[in-house]
Amino acid sequence: MKSRISIIFMIAAGLVLGTVPSAWSQNQRIKLATTTSTEQSGLLAWMLPVFEKQSGYKVDVIAVGTGASLKIAENGDCDIVLVHARSLEDAFMAAGYGSERRDVMYNDFIVLGPENDPAGIRNAGSAIEAFSRIAGKKAVFVSRGDNSGTHVKEKEVWQAAKIIPAGSWYKEAGQGMAQVILMAGQMGSYTLADRATWLAVKKQSPDLAILFEKDPVLLNPYGIITVSPEKWPSVNVAGAKALMDFFTGPTGKGLIESYKIGGEQCFFLSI
Amino acid sequence: MAHAFGLLFSGDPETWGIIGRSLIFSGLATFFSLIPGIPLGIFMAWKGSKPRRALATFIHAISALPTVVIGLFIYSLISRSGPLGGAGFLYAPAGVVIGQFFLATPLVASVTYAGVSRLDTRFKETLVTLGASPWLEFCATMREAKTTMLTSAVLSFGRVIGEVGVSTMLGGNIRGFTRTMTTAIALDAAKGEFEQALSLGLVLLIISVVINTAANRLADHA
Repeated sequence: MKSRISIIFMIAAGLVLGTVPSAWSQNQRIKLATTTSTEQSGLLAWMLPVFEKQSGYKVDVIAVGTGASLKIAENGDCDIVLVHARSLEDAFMAAGYGSERRDVMYNDFIVLGPENDPAGIRNAGSAIEAFSRIAGKKAVFVSRGDNSGTHVKEKEVWQAAKIIPAGSWYKEAGQGMAQVILMAGQMGSYTLADRATWLAVKKQSPDLAILFEKDPVLLNPYGIITVSPEKWPSVNVAGAKALMDFFTGPTGKGLIESYKIGGEQCFFLSI
Repeated sequence: MAHAFGLLFSGDPETWGIIGRSLIFSGLATFFSLIPGIPLGIFMAWKGSKPRRALATFIHAISALPTVVIGLFIYSLISRSGPLGGAGFLYAPAGVVIGQFFLATPLVASVTYAGVSRLDTRFKETLVTLGASPWLEFCATMREAKTTMLTSAVLSFGRVIGEVGVSTMLGGNIRGFTRTMTTAIALDAAKGEFEQALSLGLVLLIISVVINTAANRLADHA
């Protein structure tokens, strides 16, 4: 019996050691820390296989929020980040953690809510007005609450509206974008979402609708930043550069423009 | 539900990759955890001296720690900014295995400790009277407590294959690399793809049943 078990473990160990050597060496792998929106919308699954085939690199995607992505980069645990919160990105660059930053694409944020729109934001003149009405009615609002790019934008709008969101109507979920949309659908509440993730999960949230959109304040630009090898000599400089060139080069741009969910384009090229 | 089964048996390579990775990571972590865990458990059980009892209390306490706490400790060690950062274990299979190892080891030690403590005290006395060396004593105890060791292995495998905190934090849930059943379930559920999540949940259930049945069989024969 003992020998049988040890044989099973030997086989398992052999499998791991035999198949993984390429996986354990770091230089053909690129660690990309990014926001949940790029992964959950399906964009990365659309783009990365093309890059991997072209370049021979393997991209490991760690999908967290923008805040967490930049933190991972600060700790030297990834090679490159694809994020959307300009204020945090600028702080990251200023602190010397990034070696280069480029604009990649943008999409926009939308305010989702229950079809019957209890706070009446459908005809609001601006995002600030829409948020003010939600707060005024104390209509339930689900916030990402995770320092993600979406959360940062949401806080900017509250601030511009001179509202400190607090109270039982304001729920901080601390979860990814898709999850928060689903929660909002279940709770019949409002939330701020990026359009791409909304398109990707909309069929699971039939009770929600876009109630407010198209305010320039709600533009959502994405930037790509390579991690500075001066801070972290361990980063895959060549790989990160190749991925950055791909995202901002003709092939990447073509893929971004042609990515559609249910016939709708999700991301638009930065001008 | 039918769709969940369909996904499973359609032989989707990604799903099977996830299942295989779960089994390998958790199998390795469990295997490595037995190496220090069992001697530690036996050591704690041998004499009831005060420091040993303190050690036992400590080990019991860690074996009840939430997985995210263990994950956090290991994270701070193997992050590039931590003392062991140079190895690049974070967001790689090694990270998951290390984390699960630290999750399993205290559990193995606790269970071994409990089992060996239940052995007849005359067993140990006889060994000592016969002049057995500590090494021989150790081996004899191992042989006597076979079922316990097996139980500890099964329990810790069950704990690590079903945990999500360490795997997410240290593995990063990277598709095709560190994505395991539990992290895939968490992700699928987050995306609202409950059928996919459910199919993996079923696999976990099946694995758990198979392992427990096998363990019971082996224990009966041991």
